[in-house]
Amino acid sequence: MIEARGLTKRYGDKVAVEQLSFTVRPGVVTGFLGPNGSGKSTTMRMIMGLDVPNAGSATINGRSFHDLNWPLHEVGALLEAKAIHPGRSARAHLQMLAETNHLPLRRIDEVLELVGLTEVADRRAGKFSLGMGQRLGIAAALLGDPGVLLFDEPVNGLDPDGIRWVRNLLKGLAREGRTVFVSSHLMSEMALTADQVVVIGRGRLITETSIDELTASSSQRYVSVRSPEVGKLREALEQQGAAVALEDDGSLSVRGMDAASIGEIAGRLSVFLHELAPHAASLEEAFMELTEDSIEYRGESALSATDGGAQ
Amino acid sequence: MSVITVPPATPRERSLPPGRYGISGLLRSEWTKLRTVRSTLWSFATVIVLGIGLGALATAETRAHWASMGLGDRLSFDATRTSLIGVFFAQLVIGVLGVLVVTSEYGTGTIRATFSAAPRRPLVLAAKTAVFAAVSLVISEVVAFISYFLGQALLSAPATNTSLGSPGALRAVVGSGLYLCVLGLIALGLGVLIRHTAGAIGAFVGVLLVLPLIISALPSSIANDLQRFLPANIGSSIVSLHPGSHNFAPWTGFAVLAVYAVVLLVVGGILLVRRDA
Repeated sequence: MIEARGLTKRYGDKVAVEQLSFTVRPGVVTGFLGPNGSGKSTTMRMIMGLDVPNAGSATINGRSFHDLNWPLHEVGALLEAKAIHPGRSARAHLQMLAETNHLPLRRIDEVLELVGLTEVADRRAGKFSLGMGQRLGIAAALLGDPGVLLFDEPVNGLDPDGIRWVRNLLKGLAREGRTVFVSSHLMSEMALTADQVVVIGRGRLITETSIDELTASSSQRYVSVRSPEVGKLREALEQQGAAVALEDDGSLSVRGMDAASIGEIAGRLSVFLHELAPHAASLEEAFMELTEDSIEYRGESALSATDGGAQ
Repeated sequence: MSVITVPPATPRERSLPPGRYGISGLLRSEWTKLRTVRSTLWSFATVIVLGIGLGALATAETRAHWASMGLGDRLSFDATRTSLIGVFFAQLVIGVLGVLVVTSEYGTGTIRATFSAAPRRPLVLAAKTAVFAAVSLVISEVVAFISYFLGQALLSAPATNTSLGSPGALRAVVGSGLYLCVLGLIALGLGVLIRHTAGAIGAFVGVLLVLPLIISALPSSIANDLQRFLPANIGSSIVSLHPGSHNFAPWTGFAVLAVYAVVLLVVGGILLVRRDA
């Protein structure tokens, strides 16, 4: 269990994280979402005791990180890819970490095997690809078999196979009853991995909810309608209170009315329907809507971007 | 609207070992860190080669020109100091190494992995300092003793040489090893304060080589009072049989040097806690 209470971090005049409170429960994967620069990494560093908050506190299983008796046994974190001396081998990196917490050295072979780095364990890490660096970071996080895990953008630099591997790993860790807190700007990835989400923007909490609730509550749900008589149908739907937009391809996007009602109205008007397709909002759309006001660095076409919340 | 039901959290059975992580694990960890990067091995090899090699070169050169040296030069010749002259070159390498022990962790991000495993930062600094001090002291003393014996052997008659029994000789040999070690700790302290390799090495070289130039440009009444506080002058006093009149006595100088190291490391430790990693 991770609890943040009123976490605040300022860098000079700039507020990175403000009055942030949330709870990450064990047994599920909790996604940590927010546009770039919204304070995700800063929050994770404060939880790990690396950055000192200006106000508020974060606890792991009810205790401050600094008070943990055996930190590696209790929390594992992947905070940045390739946080390793390029001249040191993967094995030596894990060994120097293991020794701080009196972990048996055979555990190093176990985690190397788990992340698939056994064959390159004695090679200098400077030669590692970004993906191998991520795997080594994950190995380091799992070293002490901790009950609480934090991952900051764990799939960065991984190929599709690697991404699926991380997804299954995170789900498996949660199933074992661990607390799994993972940040990402890849909304599609989070939709597949996370059960719960903590969404922040400009360092403030926007919502703390489940993925299903997040997408269900989005106004981005709509029904796509095609008909030879769009003009007539549109007029009728708007009279009934729906918000209707004519798309470039000649279809109508109807919001605020479900497919059944639209079908019935069309029936009463004797208007043929060529398509009547409800669209659930994607997590990405729900996310964009929530964070629209809090995007720090906006590109020209930010709102029509399709590759996730980050510009 | 469907509400997801979160599966009940199944708390994992966790049995933590008794006690708490501490200095013993950190010492082992720092030793692993030190010996598993090639730059450490190369740097210590350079300390050994420079330290011993330049001392041998200086003494062999003196012996070769002994016949052409004037009487005054022969009388003022300090065989001990000449054989230990390599120390003044090795000190730059050991300083770079002391800086790198800390700044390479910041530069590569390893420091965050370290503090995620052991959040009590002063304890980490203590372990790092102890391991580096032990290793550099052993190597420095080995360099000092080999340089000394090799140098005295090369200074065969008619050149004058000394033995460890000569007044001040043992002090100079042991002291030059200690001097190198403490300089390494000063560099380590600068690394903790500055955190960037180039900046910290710049500061170290500045104190060792540039500061003396600045002070010597001052009026001699002031310069004479200040010079004795310079690490380079302290080193010179430790390594010579007869320290200059403006210098501290060898062990007094060494104590001043040790105070520099302690102050830097204590301030570094305080900042280490206050600053974000």
